[in-house]
Amino acid sequence: MSDWKRICALEDIPVLGARIVKRAGLPDIALFRNGQDKVFALEDQCPHRKGPLSQGIVTANAVTCPLHGWKIGLDSGEAAAPDVGCVPRYPVRIETGDIFIGF
Amino acid sequence: MDGASPFSLPGNPPASSKKPRLVMVGNGMAGVRTLEELLKLAPDKYDITVFGAEPHPNYNRILLSPVLAGEMSLQDIVLNDLGWYQHHGITLHTDTRITRIDRRKRQVLTASGDAVPYDRLLLATGSRPVMLPIPGHTLPGVLPYRDIADTNTMIEASRDYRRAVVIGGGLLGLEAANGLRLRNMEVTVVHVMPWLMERQLDRTAAILLQKSLEAKGLTFLMECEATELVAGESGRVAAVKFKDGRTIPADLVVMSVGIRPNSQLAEEAGLYCHRGIVVNDTLQTYDPRIYAVGECVSHRGIAYGLVAPLFEQAKVAANHLAEFGIGRYTGSVTSTKLKVTGVDLFSAGNFMGGDGTEEIVLSDPGGGVYKKLVLRNERLEGAVMYGDTADSAWYFQLMRDKQNVAELRNHLMFGQNHLGDSGHTGNANASALADNAEVCGCNGVCKGTIVKAIKEKGLFSLEEVRKHTKASSSCGSCTGLVEQILASTVGGAYQPSEGKDKPLCGCTDHTHEEVRRVIRDQHLLTVPQVMGYMEWKTPNGCATCRPAINYYLISTWPHEAKDDPQSRFINERAHANIQKDGSYSVVPRMWGGLTTPAELRAIADAAEKFAVPTLKITGGQRIDLLGVKKEDLPRMWADLSQSGLVSGHAYGKSLRTVKTCVGAEHCRFGTQRSMAMGVKLEKMLFGMWSPHKVKLAVSGCPRNCAESGIKDVGIIGVESGYEIYVAGNGGIKTVVAQFLCKASDDAEVMEIVGAFLQLYREDARYLDRTVHWVERVGLDTIKQKVVEDREQRKQLYERLLYALQDAENPWEEIVRDPVRKQAFEPLEA
Ligand code: SRM
Ligand SMILES: Cc1cc2nc3c(=O)[nH]c(=O)nc-3n(C[C@H](O)[C@H](O)[C@H](O)COP(=O)(O)OP(=O)(O)OC[C@H]3O[C@@H](n4cnc5c(N)ncnc54)[C@H](O)[C@@H]3O)c2cc1C
Ligand code: SF4
Ligand code: FES
Repeated sequence: MSDWKRICALEDIPVLGARIVKRAGLPDIALFRNGQDKVFALEDQCPHRKGPLSQGIVTANAVTCPLHGWKIGLDSGEAAAPDVGCVPRYPVRIETGDIFIGF
Repeated sequence: MDGASPFSLPGNPPASSKKPRLVMVGNGMAGVRTLEELLKLAPDKYDITVFGAEPHPNYNRILLSPVLAGEMSLQDIVLNDLGWYQHHGITLHTDTRITRIDRRKRQVLTASGDAVPYDRLLLATGSRPVMLPIPGHTLPGVLPYRDIADTNTMIEASRDYRRAVVIGGGLLGLEAANGLRLRNMEVTVVHVMPWLMERQLDRTAAILLQKSLEAKGLTFLMECEATELVAGESGRVAAVKFKDGRTIPADLVVMSVGIRPNSQLAEEAGLYCHRGIVVNDTLQTYDPRIYAVGECVSHRGIAYGLVAPLFEQAKVAANHLAEFGIGRYTGSVTSTKLKVTGVDLFSAGNFMGGDGTEEIVLSDPGGGVYKKLVLRNERLEGAVMYGDTADSAWYFQLMRDKQNVAELRNHLMFGQNHLGDSGHTGNANASALADNAEVCGCNGVCKGTIVKAIKEKGLFSLEEVRKHTKASSSCGSCTGLVEQILASTVGGAYQPSEGKDKPLCGCTDHTHEEVRRVIRDQHLLTVPQVMGYMEWKTPNGCATCRPAINYYLISTWPHEAKDDPQSRFINERAHANIQKDGSYSVVPRMWGGLTTPAELRAIADAAEKFAVPTLKITGGQRIDLLGVKKEDLPRMWADLSQSGLVSGHAYGKSLRTVKTCVGAEHCRFGTQRSMAMGVKLEKMLFGMWSPHKVKLAVSGCPRNCAESGIKDVGIIGVESGYEIYVAGNGGIKTVVAQFLCKASDDAEVMEIVGAFLQLYREDARYLDRTVHWVERVGLDTIKQKVVEDREQRKQLYERLLYALQDAENPWEEIVRDPVRKQAFEPLEA
C-alpha cells in the first residue's frame, strides 16, 4: 500500500502552476494544480529529453514541457499524440487543504 | 483493402437514444471530412448513419494516381478504416446506393427499398465523370477514371493489353496516361485543344510539360477529336476513329473529359440545382434540413473539383450541424499541381492575364524553367510555374491574402528565398531531394519521413505535418520546403496555411484580431474573462493561447489588466532563460553595452558566490551568467540589484538590447553620439512587453559598426542627424531593415521610434517579429501613421510612455513578493 506523505498546503501551489518536490537520491517530483483545484504528481522529467515539466504551462488536463513543447497528460503521464512516451505518476490526496503524495 | 463486399456496420442502437439522426449520402472525401470536423465540435450530438455506393470505407481519392503509377498500394490510401466508424458509433452501409429522398417523410431509400429516417441530411455525392456519347462508348475496355474500381480495371488491363488511348489532356487524363505508361503500356493522349491542361496552364508552360511527358514515352495527338470507338472481334474496344479520318488501335480507352456534379438525387427530390446542388454560405440547400458539401455542390455559381475548397466547406458545414452557428464559406482560390513524379508544375488564379493586368515572366525553355506572375493593382492575381515550383506556396499565400506586393516587386520573381534565408538556399527543390536529405535541421527530420507521414496518416496541411513529424515546427526556415513536399505529394489537395482567417489555436475559432478587438471593445482585463466572453472550448486554454491573450491584455490595458505569470512561458515567469538541464541563465542589463568597474565587480562576486559554471559575453553586448540553479535566482538577483543592475529581459518577448558603437564620443569618423542615443532609447523602452522580442542598434556613422541594418529598429548617425531603419532581422532569416525616415535630433528619434514600436505593440499578432508584421501590413501604411501624421505619431508615443511609466525591475518585484519568491523554492518529500 502507498505510504502517504504530507508535502504542503494547496495554497502553496499557484493556480495553473506547479512546485518541485525534492527527494533524497531520487528524481524530483512535479506537483501541479490545475484551474479546478485538482492536484497531480508526476516525475519532473519529460520523457523526451528530461525537461523539467514543473516549469511548463499548465492547462486543465496537461502540461506543456518548457524545452520542446511536448504535451503531457496530468492524469495519465502520457505524451499527447503524435509524441510517444510516459512519465511515472504518483497518487495525490487532498485533506482539509493539505496535499499528500503516496509513494 | 477490406470491406469489398456489401457491408453494414452497426453503430449505437438508434431506437434506444433520442439524439437527432444525421444521415449522410456519399462516403467520400468531403462528406467524411465534415463528419470528422463535426465529431471534434460535438461528438455526441447525432446518431450518424452513412451510405456509400462504393464497397470501401473512405479513401484518399487523389492518391489513386500514385496507386495507378505503382508508387503506392490501395491499403496505403485508406483515410478512415472501418474501426474509425465503429469507434465513433457511426452506422456505415457500404456498397449501398441511395435512390430516392422523401423530403415529406424525411427519409432516404436504398436501392433495395429500405427506408431510413433523418432529422438532418448531408449530401456528399461527389461528381460523375463525363462519358463522350460517341458510338462505342459503352464497349468493354472503355472507362472513366474516378474510383478504385476504375483503377483496378486499368491495372488489370495493363497486364493483358498493350495499347492505351487516353481521351482528354487535362490533369486526370495526364495522370492516368503517366500511370499506364509506367505500367508499360503504349499510351497516346488525345486532346481537342491546342495545348494540354488549357484550364490550368498557358501555352508556354503546357509545351514544356508536353515535352517532358514525351520524354517519358507518351505520345500526343493535339487538336484531335475522337468520333467513334470501334469494337474488335472479341467485342472489346479495338480502335479509336477521329474526325479527320484517322484511326489508331486501342485495347483500353480512358475517357477523361471532365466531371459533372452528381446532383441527380437532389434534383429528383425537388431541391434547387443549377450545375450542382445550390447551397448558401452555410452549405445549406433550399431545404433547411438538408446540407450538401463537396463536388456535388454549386456555391455562388462555382462547383469545385479539388479537395482543398471542399475541406473548407466541410469545416463550415460541420460548424452549423453542431449548431455553433459561426463560420461562413465564401469561396476559395484554388491551385493546381500535377502529381507526376519528376514534373514540377503549379498554377493558380488568373494566370492568363488580360485587361488591367501586368505580367512578370521568366522564360528559360532550354533550362526547362518557366514562371509567369500576373498582377493587378499591385496584387498577385495568378501564377503559372513550370520546372521550379519552390515558391508556389508563397505565391499562393500572397494571392489568398491579397497582399500588396509593390514593395516586393523587384524580387518577387526570384522567390521568397531571395528575400534572405540562412537555412536551405541551394536545395530549394523538393522533388530533387533524396529521401534521406534532411529537411528540418532543428528536429532532424528528413524528406522520406515527411512523405511517409503524409501518405500513411493522410495529411493535407502544414499544421498537420508539423504535428505529426515536428518538421518546420521550430525555427520555421524549412517551411517553404515542407509545403512543397506536401504539395508535390498530395497535389492540389494541399491546403496552404490559412493566414488571416486562422484561429488563434485549437481552443477557439476566433482569430488574433478578433480577440484583440473584443478585449478593447469590452474592456476585458483577465484571461478568464476573455475565455468566458469568447466561449473558449477548453476550460483553461493551452500553451499557445494563454500567452497571447495575456500579452493582448497587458498591452491594451496597461496598469489595469493584471499580468498572469502562469500564462507566460517559463522564461518570462522566472525572468531568466531555462537551459537544457533545467538550470537558468542570468543576463543583467548593460545600457547601450556600457558598463562600469562596480557592475563588473558585482557580476564577478555573484558568479563566485553562486558557483556559476559559465560566464560569456553575449552577441548583444553584455554578460551572461549561465547555469544558475532556480532556487538561487532570487538571492543572486538581490545581490545584483544592490549594485544597480537590473534584468536584461534576455528571455522575454520584450525589449532585448540596444547595441551601440563608440560613435562621436570617441571615434574619428563618428557623426553622432551613438552611445548616448542608445542609452536614452534603452531607458525609454525598459520593461516593454511586445508581440515578439525587439532589438535596436545605434551606429555613429554609415560604417554601421553596431549592425543597425539587421535590427527591429536601427539608427544610423549622419552629418545632418539620424536615419531610422525598421523591420530588420538577423535571426532565422536574415532580412535587411528598410529605411523609414530621417530625424534631425534625439527627441525626434525617440518620438518616431516610440510611435513605431507602439504601433507594433498594438497591431501585430503575438509572436510576429517586426519584420513579419511590416511585411504583412506594408511599410507605407506604417509610414503614414508614424512619420506623416504628426498627430497620430504623438498619440502613439504618448501611449507608449504611459504604458512604460514606472516600469519596475522584475527581479526586485519577485524578491519583494513572498508568494512569487516561494515558487522558486523546492519542497521536500
Ligand atoms: C545569449 C545569446 C547568444 C550569445 O551567447 O551571444 C542568445 C541566446 C539565445 N537565443 Fe538568440 N541569443 C543572443 C543573441 C541573438 C542575436 C544577436 C543580437 O541580438 O544582436 C540574434 C539575431 C538577431 C535577431 O534576433 O534578429 C538572435 C536570434 C535568435 C532567434 C531567432 C529570432 C528570429 O526572429 O529569427 C531565436 C529564436 C526565437 O527567438 O524564437 C533566439 C533564441 C535564443 C534562445 C533564447 C533560445 C531559447 O529560446 O532558449 C537562446 C538562449 C540561450 C540560453 O540558454 O541562455 N535567438 N539571438 C545572445 C543574447 C543577446 C543578449 O544579450 O540578449
Ligand atoms: C484520379 C483522381 C486524382 C485526383 N487528384 C486530385 C488532386 O491531386 N488534388 C485534388 O485536390 N483533387 C484531386 N482529385 C479530385 C478529388 O478526389 C475530389 O475533388 C474529391 O474526392 C471530391 O470529394 P467528394 O466527397 O465531393 O466526392 P467523392 O470523393 O467522389 O465522394 C462521393 C462518394 O459518394 C458516393 N455516392 C454518390 N452517389 C451516391 C448515392 N446515391 N448513394 C450512396 N453513395 C453515393 C460515390 O460513390 C463516392 O464514393 C482527383 C480525383 C481523381 C479521381
Ligand atoms: S544560442 Fe542561439 S544559435 Fe546558439 S544554439 Fe541556442 S538558439 Fe541556437
Ligand atoms: S524535453 Fe520535454 S519536450 Fe523535449
